[in-house]
Amino acid sequence: MALQSLDITRRSATTIPSPSQRQTPEVAKLIDISKCIGCKACQVACMEWNDTRDVVGTNHGVLDNPMDLSENSWTVMRYAEVQTDRGLEWLIRKDGCMHCANPGCLKSCPAPGAIVQYSNGIVDFHEENCIGCGYCITGCPFNIPRLSNKDSKVYKCTLCSDRVAVGLEPACVKTCPTGAIVFGTKEDMLHHAEGRIADLKSRGFADAGIYDPKGVGGTHVMYVLQHADRPALYCGLPKDPSIGAMVGLWKGAAKPLASFALAAGALGAFLHYVTKGPNKVSEEIEKEFENEK
Amino acid sequence: MASLAPTFGRGAMTNHWVDIKNADVILVMGGNAAEAHPCGFKWVTEAKAHNHATFIVIDPRFTRSAAVADIYAPLRTGTDIAFLGGLINYLLSHDKIQHEYVKAYTNAAFIVKDGYSFDDGLFSGYDGATHKYDKSTWAYEVGPDGFAKVDETLQNPRCVMQLLTQHFSRYTPDVVSNICGTPKDLFLKVCDTIATTSAPDRTMTILYALGWTQHSVGSQMIRTAAMAQLLLGNVGMAGGGVNALRGHSNIQGLTDLGLLSNLLPGYLTLPDEKEPDFKGFIAKRALKPLRPGQMSYWQNYEKFHVSLMKTWFGKAAAKENDWCYDWLPKLDKVYDVLMAFELMHQGKLNGYFCQGFNPLGSIPNKAKLIDGLSKLKYLVVIDPLATETSCFWENHGEYNDVDPSKIQTEVIRLPSTCFAEENGSLTNSGRWLQWHYKGAPPPGDAKPDADIMAGIFLKLKELYQKEGGAFPDPILNLSWDYKIPRSPAPEELAMEYNGKALADLIDPKDKTKTILKKGQQLDGFAQLMDDGSTACGCWIYAGAWTEKGNMMARRDNSDPSGLGNTLNWAFAWPANRRVLYNRASCDLSGKPWDPKRKLIYWDGSKWTGADVPDFKPDIEPGNSMNPFIMQPEGVGRLFGLDKMAEGPFPEHYEPFETPIDTNPLHPKVISNPAARVFKNDMEAFGKSKDYPYAATTYRITEHFHFWTKHTRLAAILQPEQFIEIGEELAKEKGINAGDRVKVWSNRGFIKAMAVVTKRIKPLQVNGKTVHHVGIPIHWGFKGIAKSGFLANTLTPFVGDANTQTPEFKSFLVNIEKDRR
Repeated sequence: MALQSLDITRRSATTIPSPSQRQTPEVAKLIDISKCIGCKACQVACMEWNDTRDVVGTNHGVLDNPMDLSENSWTVMRYAEVQTDRGLEWLIRKDGCMHCANPGCLKSCPAPGAIVQYSNGIVDFHEENCIGCGYCITGCPFNIPRLSNKDSKVYKCTLCSDRVAVGLEPACVKTCPTGAIVFGTKEDMLHHAEGRIADLKSRGFADAGIYDPKGVGGTHVMYVLQHADRPALYCGLPKDPSIGAMVGLWKGAAKPLASFALAAGALGAFLHYVTKGPNKVSEEIEKEFENEK
Repeated sequence: MASLAPTFGRGAMTNHWVDIKNADVILVMGGNAAEAHPCGFKWVTEAKAHNHATFIVIDPRFTRSAAVADIYAPLRTGTDIAFLGGLINYLLSHDKIQHEYVKAYTNAAFIVKDGYSFDDGLFSGYDGATHKYDKSTWAYEVGPDGFAKVDETLQNPRCVMQLLTQHFSRYTPDVVSNICGTPKDLFLKVCDTIATTSAPDRTMTILYALGWTQHSVGSQMIRTAAMAQLLLGNVGMAGGGVNALRGHSNIQGLTDLGLLSNLLPGYLTLPDEKEPDFKGFIAKRALKPLRPGQMSYWQNYEKFHVSLMKTWFGKAAAKENDWCYDWLPKLDKVYDVLMAFELMHQGKLNGYFCQGFNPLGSIPNKAKLIDGLSKLKYLVVIDPLATETSCFWENHGEYNDVDPSKIQTEVIRLPSTCFAEENGSLTNSGRWLQWHYKGAPPPGDAKPDADIMAGIFLKLKELYQKEGGAFPDPILNLSWDYKIPRSPAPEELAMEYNGKALADLIDPKDKTKTILKKGQQLDGFAQLMDDGSTACGCWIYAGAWTEKGNMMARRDNSDPSGLGNTLNWAFAWPANRRVLYNRASCDLSGKPWDPKRKLIYWDGSKWTGADVPDFKPDIEPGNSMNPFIMQPEGVGRLFGLDKMAEGPFPEHYEPFETPIDTNPLHPKVISNPAARVFKNDMEAFGKSKDYPYAATTYRITEHFHFWTKHTRLAAILQPEQFIEIGEELAKEKGINAGDRVKVWSNRGFIKAMAVVTKRIKPLQVNGKTVHHVGIPIHWGFKGIAKSGFLANTLTPFVGDANTQTPEFKSFLVNIEKDRR
């Protein structure tokens, strides 16, 4: 969250128009799975740059570790051993936020300004505004955001918006030893992908292609896949991701109703406060909360 | 290294990292570059993306390298010579060799001495009692003129080409498949692809690492690969060569500077006890040409040696005392680490200095190591970390089950800086000396290694001065001219290994000219003298710090040829050459074999081009001088003469612990007949009836040896010890992914989590199904990752017959679910 407010084109639960004076090119990160050796340097770079540290966990019978995204691991490598017509293939996918052009998280977020989208396409969480409701998690077609038990806020990859703001590439791109992760304008990345796909086709991957799903308006993190016809091979990458029906409903017909309900609720709460004073949470309820944690 | 020098002349990576991008075919075998060298591996992806290279991986496991390979073929661990021998047989029988190159630049035409033979697994001259060869018949036929005899037609039945063809004719595709377990069609597909590089305008690079060196026949595996590259004409070419990928960032520097028990800096060697005489010592090493007109560069040996002695002993080294020859230790045997721990075990070695080394983790058979360390009077450990070795006496439950009350060894730990906390140079695999700068001050009382060594030395010297001693001379006379004696600066040490003139150096061609004034830094090793007028601490490093300054700190990455040689980036030994033997990249007339890969060429008056010529610059093509200038015969060796312990041609021998109990080629000679095996260790070898599974140890990307388990980020990525087995073995044993298992050999056990994978498949070998158990090494009982067992609890105490590098890659284990 280091791009400036001038660069914000959309913010959650806000109707005030965004500034539109400044133009920035649309950016994208391209992950070429055919060049990825699964070294996890991107996981290290991500934790180092963002000053997060996941726990020293345990082995779960696979090479994946940490096993899943978390509030401290904003990217993880997922390893799939698959048998294809070419024999055994080890498809290693760097998982993390896809930075959808049409972000389900932002659309489903009820907290004003907790999720923003910049004019360069990056979708960013402004945790200071996050109320921890978890709607963004439901709204994400890629199952990316993770709620922290520590502060009840949701975290995910920022595409290093702080680095990009000052003209640097994301930390994972900088560190990737084989050049499997590259970064630039979306246009350039699509062009670069074309060359990679041609190379893969010449090596017999007839269905090589790019992953830039239209159901979410395209993404600002894209993959080059050897088997673009079968994204599910890559640890369940969704074939046709789209924003869930409930989110659509919430933002469509139901939105005015919901806004009314929210306003009514707020008014009720205000009246309650004026007439009865502040709420006191009973000790039992507090304990219950603690146990849940 | 012990196989590349006998074959090509120098024991080092022939090409360099960036050059990998020039290859048409890349073979990763005996290594796992993507996993163990991820940064250098970028050049493999470059070659694929921009040179349309085909990438082949051959490994018992489908590795991270295999994940991005075009062709993957499995083989049983320890059978690489059979595979590569089959490749050589394929190349010869399909006429896929670079004929002109082979004839001119290898010893194919040389006649081998009568009496040389190979029969039923043994070469001529074997003594079964000592397990050693009398190598006198492993030689060329020499004429009355003192030169080796050759037959240019290659038809003489005693010529190398004929003997080679005969030797490898046994390695048919069926034999290879039977020994290696590699499916025959895959083996042939690999051969087909590699054979395309016999064309003069196609090259293959071979990348290997410890997956070859850590076998009882490791050096011969590398030699087989080197021979295949000679037959294909791929040595000296951009995008070619045999490329040893070194693991530690400065391990190349370690061997360059002679930190092996039998070496002096620059691959000079210590005398053995049968060499009391200086003249004889030099004569044996300053090899005269074996063919007319050859450079035979080791002829200059005396210059290198005398200049080294002048650096060490200054004025005390004089012609009259043979440059202090008597002060050099004379070896009765090689004191490699296996020997050192054997002597400890026998109670004959009772003090040990351990610097930047964690032998308890890095040497086989932990039980024997603990026994040896426990018998020491003192152990000094110089290291940035609290290593397992320095804590060998601590009880850590089943991870290190010792009784500290029974161990009397006094352990002294001297904390040292790590590389980022000091200035200095690191020599990478490609022989580049790259200067780096201190990034942070060291924590606590940690000191640079040089300061620690200086402190110990000065104290010793003081004691010798005060109390005398049996042999004080070398200590009292050692040159120690550093500005701060207790703290020699990295810059001073670097200038010292480059060397300087001790008197004005006069141009031998024009006596009126002075090349260098007394005290000036040398420009290169060509200026070295054998009369005591030059000093040089490591002759191959001459040129690294000249009067122009620190060449290692240069950072100009301009690359006019596009071949990636960047001659103004850092300094590469020797003489800033980037691709060794690059004269062989041109045909006899001096024209590059491949115009697209023009490393050097003859411009009509001299050799020039995108690299520093590895040749005498003014010797015109057509002259008899050949490209392998370090060799007395000037050519690459298909026949290895007497340079290897177990034979002039490689032969497949089984690992000392073999899952098939026999050697299908010669059942009477199963394993390396020339390997050194200590008595008790022979008894500690396991048999396949008790230990049916072929085990191999290795590294994974997430960790670096036993260091990074001390760092949080690496510990997060791979927190807990695991082993890998295939789905078929897991099913047989009732093991599920994520179960805790016990793996044991005849020497001990470890327990770890089981990773069950499709990437390890059972192989059909000699009528038997062979399963592999993969054992990553990185865990131990110190650090912040979860405690684990040292993998070398399991491994056998036997090494390569040439280098004594332990056989970590092939041994036998059993496995079961841990019933705790």
